[in-house]
Amino acid sequence: MSDQSLELKGSLFPLSVLSCPDLSLNALQQQLQQKLAQAPAFFYQAPIVLNLTEVEQAPDFDAIKQLFNELNLVLVGVCGANSSIKQQAQRAGLAALQLGKDAKTVKATDTAETPRQTTLVTNNVAVPMDSRIIEQTVRSGQQVYAKGADLVVKGTVGAGAEVIADGNIHIYGTLRGKAIAGAGGDSSKRIFCYNLQAELVSIAGNYWLSESLQGSFWGKPCCIKLQDDQLVLAELV
Amino acid sequence: MAKIIVVTSGKGGVGKTTSSAAIGTGLALKGHKTVIIDFDIGLRNLDLIMGCERRVVYDFVNVINGEANLKQTLIKDKRIDNLFILPASQTRDKDALTKDGVERVLNELAKDFDFILCDSPAGIEAGAMMALYFADEAIVVTNPEVSSVRDSDRILGMLSSKSRRAEQGQDSIKEHLLLTRYNPERVEKGEMLSVDDVKEILSIDLVGVIPESQAVLNASNSGQPVILDKDSDAGQAYLDTVERLLGENVPFRFLTVEKKGLLKRIFGG
Ligand SMILES: Nc1ncnc2c1ncn2[C@@H]1O[C@H](COP(=O)(O)OP(=O)(O)OP(=O)(O)O)[C@@H](O)[C@H]1O
Ligand SMILES: [Mg+2]
Repeated sequence: MSDQSLELKGSLFPLSVLSCPDLSLNALQQQLQQKLAQAPAFFYQAPIVLNLTEVEQAPDFDAIKQLFNELNLVLVGVCGANSSIKQQAQRAGLAALQLGKDAKTVKATDTAETPRQTTLVTNNVAVPMDSRIIEQTVRSGQQVYAKGADLVVKGTVGAGAEVIADGNIHIYGTLRGKAIAGAGGDSSKRIFCYNLQAELVSIAGNYWLSESLQGSFWGKPCCIKLQDDQLVLAELV
Repeated sequence: MAKIIVVTSGKGGVGKTTSSAAIGTGLALKGHKTVIIDFDIGLRNLDLIMGCERRVVYDFVNVINGEANLKQTLIKDKRIDNLFILPASQTRDKDALTKDGVERVLNELAKDFDFILCDSPAGIEAGAMMALYFADEAIVVTNPEVSSVRDSDRILGMLSSKSRRAEQGQDSIKEHLLLTRYNPERVEKGEMLSVDDVKEILSIDLVGVIPESQAVLNASNSGQPVILDKDSDAGQAYLDTVERLLGENVPFRFLTVEKKGLLKRIFGG
């Protein structure tokens, strides 16, 4: 088209937020590798934001970038940093992002459960979830993200389409594409669908591809949840 | 008010141009003043299928650039009243179409015609987007196989997000599924998706099922839209399609394998 011109539009993207109390390279590397081993494909070239709320002294951003690079992660920016750390991050070519209100709950839950562990953020714990409702079918090539909310799709999610929610996902048609619930890391979230034929389902970073889903629930109504870090399929009564 | 209908598919070679020619001709046969626009700039197929390739003087791009007016450019069909073709240019590329230019031409045609049929190029790039942008209705041409269905799903997503109706928050484009090159024998053997499979996956209304047919090849070789071959299965299936498009309730035909009659079974045939 000859009337094509530059276009700049605001948009929202799901990003994983990494919180790690110890930002020394060794500790970070070790813990990240552990985390990645659980779901290598899911995090492959994933954009990551480093949460620096707890951090008082600026880490070596260039070295951290290098490390992420080696682990096939993409460090896009930092959040929660004080102003001098923020400046150094910006000098290293990182974006300074605003930390969402609800992400504040991270620290409390994390330290209670898994002290001094790297977590790809768990948030929204006590905040009541909004829901986003999609009236039609989500078609191949389309992506819907319900940020900080449940997602309800009245129609079908086509092959090659992707639905993502920080909360639960409800699909009243057939799920043929990908569904990613608990995208913010909340492992209590679930996926409900009327007919399971998915390419991928994931809850809080734990995912299954369609081959693993070819059991008695394939083509049937089904609820997917996470139990002891394992995805479990159950009947939708 | 003129109705703008795009004939689109995503995937190439599924029968868009064949269907545009047949359905456009059918609408004209039913007494509606119809123009078929070839949006496949650079390829030019529609005029061959319509058998008017030797009468092309000016083309769509000339009109957009103000080098010719519509009256000089539209080709009137010799067989059927009320039927016109706006041919594509063979010498330009797809960038020759601008949104403003296309809109101007469509507005002018809308004053005079009942139906404006847009034969889209394949793909999901600029040319295909231009063909669907101004549409009121869409005929999504699909073959009963997985990759074609996937591409149709993709195009349906574009129709509901990238069209003028979507951008301006108007009523959404009315979508019709047209299944072409349907071969009941291969469906029975499980080599092709069935009508029900495709309907279930795409979840839009079915407007027609056109069987795989030698008549289509004969028709395009002789420059006659297949709908004029009234004895052929494909011709009849397109006529049914046109009637459904006009709101009539017509039962579907050619969906099952034709059973050989008793005599044929005994004596062969
Ligand atoms: N029902 C049918 N039975 C048999 N052959 C068919 C049928 N429909 C279309 N064809 C053949 O398929 C080929 C492609 O058809 P056509 O040119 O209409 O597709 P198209 O979607 O317009 O292609 P393009 O994407 O290149 O524009 C042609 O050779 C045509 O004769
Ligand atoms: Mg064509």
